[in-house]
Amino acid sequence: MSGSPAPRRPLPPVAIVIGVLFFFGLLGLMIYGVMKSDDPQRDVLPSALIDRPAPAFALPVLHEPSLTVRSEELRGAPYLLNVWGSWCAACRDEHPVLTRFAETKRVRVIGYNWKDEPADALHWLEQLGNPFMVVLSDVEGRTAIDWGVSAAPETFLVDGSGVVRWKYSGAMTQAVVDQKLIPALERIEKAQADAGNALHTAP
Amino acid sequence: MLPELGQILLLTALLAALLQSGLPLLGAHRGIAAWMQVARPAALAQLLLVAGAFGVLTAAFVQQDFSVRYVAENSNSLLPMVYRWSAVWGAHEGSLLLWALVLAAWTGAVALGSQRLPDTVQARVLGVMGLVSIGFLAFLIFTSNPFARLLPAPLEGRDLNPLLQDPGLIIHPPMLYLGYVGFSVPFAFAIAALLDGRVDTRWVRWTRPWTNVAWAFLTVGIALGSWWAYYELGWGGWWFWDPVENASFMPWLAGAALIHSQAVTEKRGSFASWTLLLAIAAFALSLLGTFLVRSGVLTSVHSFAADPSRGLFILVFLAVLVGGALALYAWRAGSLDVDSADPRRGFTATSRETLLLANNLLLASACAMVLLGTLYPLLADALGLGKISVGPPYFGSLFLLLMAPMVLLLPFGPLVKWQRDQPSRVVATLAPWLALAVLLGALAWWQAPQNGWKVGLGIAAAAWVTFGTARFIWLRLRGNGRFTAEMAGMLLGHAGVAVFLVGALLVEALNVQREVALAPGASVTVAGHEIRFEGVDHREGANFSADRGHLRVFRDGRERALLHPEKRQYASGGQVMTEAGIDARLSGDVYVAMGEPLGNNAWAVRVHIKPFVRWVWLGALLMALGGLVAAADRRFRRP
Repeated sequence: MSGSPAPRRPLPPVAIVIGVLFFFGLLGLMIYGVMKSDDPQRDVLPSALIDRPAPAFALPVLHEPSLTVRSEELRGAPYLLNVWGSWCAACRDEHPVLTRFAETKRVRVIGYNWKDEPADALHWLEQLGNPFMVVLSDVEGRTAIDWGVSAAPETFLVDGSGVVRWKYSGAMTQAVVDQKLIPALERIEKAQADAGNALHTAP
Repeated sequence: MLPELGQILLLTALLAALLQSGLPLLGAHRGIAAWMQVARPAALAQLLLVAGAFGVLTAAFVQQDFSVRYVAENSNSLLPMVYRWSAVWGAHEGSLLLWALVLAAWTGAVALGSQRLPDTVQARVLGVMGLVSIGFLAFLIFTSNPFARLLPAPLEGRDLNPLLQDPGLIIHPPMLYLGYVGFSVPFAFAIAALLDGRVDTRWVRWTRPWTNVAWAFLTVGIALGSWWAYYELGWGGWWFWDPVENASFMPWLAGAALIHSQAVTEKRGSFASWTLLLAIAAFALSLLGTFLVRSGVLTSVHSFAADPSRGLFILVFLAVLVGGALALYAWRAGSLDVDSADPRRGFTATSRETLLLANNLLLASACAMVLLGTLYPLLADALGLGKISVGPPYFGSLFLLLMAPMVLLLPFGPLVKWQRDQPSRVVATLAPWLALAVLLGALAWWQAPQNGWKVGLGIAAAAWVTFGTARFIWLRLRGNGRFTAEMAGMLLGHAGVAVFLVGALLVEALNVQREVALAPGASVTVAGHEIRFEGVDHREGANFSADRGHLRVFRDGRERALLHPEKRQYASGGQVMTEAGIDARLSGDVYVAMGEPLGNNAWAVRVHIKPFVRWVWLGALLMALGGLVAAADRRFRRP
């Protein structure tokens, strides 16, 4: 050592406080980021459709193309619209989850077959089972543009008055169904029940 | 059997790293020479063990052992041999193993090259590097084991991400890691100095070449990544301010500041504690970069698997290491034993020290600006301010604002004397050259076909830096005519800045882009280049099939090039990749990328004319070369 006592010039307390705040602020932000990093929805922009009327459509039924289903005809009770295609690998992953949910018969599950060859789509359903009450076919994909679909699978929950209440992009897992879809459905059912009560109590 | 051996090698390497850090650090604290001497053999043993594990994983790829999960997920029987080698670092586990290998290699190099240092310093430097190794090896073994089996073994692997099947991407990660990890040497030195309680000029001199080499590798790594994005992504840009580009750019900026402040500390004894803080910051930012890329906290093309347990592990490690270093700094930096009677210290406002201080402040501000912009979307999300993305308008304008004074001051740096100088003398030397640079800029403005002020700015800035650098060379030649390697490196680096300025500003100003539909035989003229589309044929690659376009480029009626852009479909995943067709010249690139087929053999084709874009990477390579040449100075090898 040099022999002479070291000149002590400790860091100013302000610098230390700022440094500590900055460090822990950054750390907190990183922890927040890490906890969210497994959420596939984190980069999905909130759909502009939420709490707005679902875009109108009139589409042929996949199994019976001479029949056309119009969006107005679905009013009255909530329904789940699932966008899928036989070309979509993630839809295959989602299929068992969707089937399990559809089997509970809590809500009508409508398939929206997007940009697909009807023959391929029918073959796919034959192979994996058909969870849908009805499948609508849209070979050209016009309706998907109105709904703002960017990729399959996507799932929309529409309430009885035709308003979109919930949306999920990507393959739903059981956790998504249990923690997101069912609560959203419960809210719709509760709102409906409240509206019903209000109607009854009205003179 | 081999993968199990790899696992055993990794575990043994962890033990070696524990030995390499625990005993020497304690020994240095208590003054036990025998414990300190463990550091070197332990570091070399760790290097051998990690290299062995890396070799085992490489062998598994070359032999296509799909019973190893990592191989099955990132290889395929159709994968060409060269990519089987590089697929080792094609995804999360393997690239971490590469990280650990590069760290072990740097540690080994330090172990062999640090004999001149006092025993305590050597033990502490190797001990701190061992601590970093422990973290990464534990991360590998406990959360990201590359040797995990997949039984029963699949018959076929899933294939390497086609984006990574490219020569540029073979060497991009190793170069980048050599840079990132190389900053662990100045970091370890800073911790050793803080533990020791003094900053010795000789130790600073000893770390300088290591910092320079690390920074040079990082420069090459970033340039390669930029070059790859340019020709592979098909967008024609060379820098996108993508979170992951920013993650590598932040340590680069801190490293550039560190190179300069280390020079002051070594030669003049000033800025000692600032140099230590910068050394900690450069490596902390390297770790932060690795964390941001690996954890999937920020989405980008680079994030592999998003698994919160992995992210948390590396975050805890990062927080302990960096937090510990900063706490040590806060505790000890004030009482560092700096010789305040040193006659070399002290400087006036008009001195080289002041200019280097300005350099450091500007580079540090640019680094903070990039950090803020990169993390702001996450911050906004956390505070419930909605989904925000920060893009080129923010980064571009702020960066320009911060770098403009940097460029203006750069030529003064080498010409101004240490401690005090007559400002009038230097200004008189450089004023005519500044005037000439401005004149050239004005000429360019007047001549430019578009974006005149940007062209003028680019030419003026590049000319100013070139003239300033040349003026310094002229002064030396007229003097004793001697150039040390350190000085030559500095001049090369500054010339690199000038070349880079030409590329970055002129391509931004003069870039022309057209999207056209072309039927076979049709042609389009873009910025004086006639591009004739001759049709598309089909080509089978090893593991892809491609639609290959044939386009002839004419300039002034003479044929300049035949380009073959491709649209490839990979057999295993069905992913579609574009390969741009590029006629590369120093004066500018003609860049063609295939869009969609439009029927009747017509195709959508994107044509870019990119004047001077090569100068961007050429400038970066010159800067890197400067770093390497400076590191070779004989003075650094003196005891």
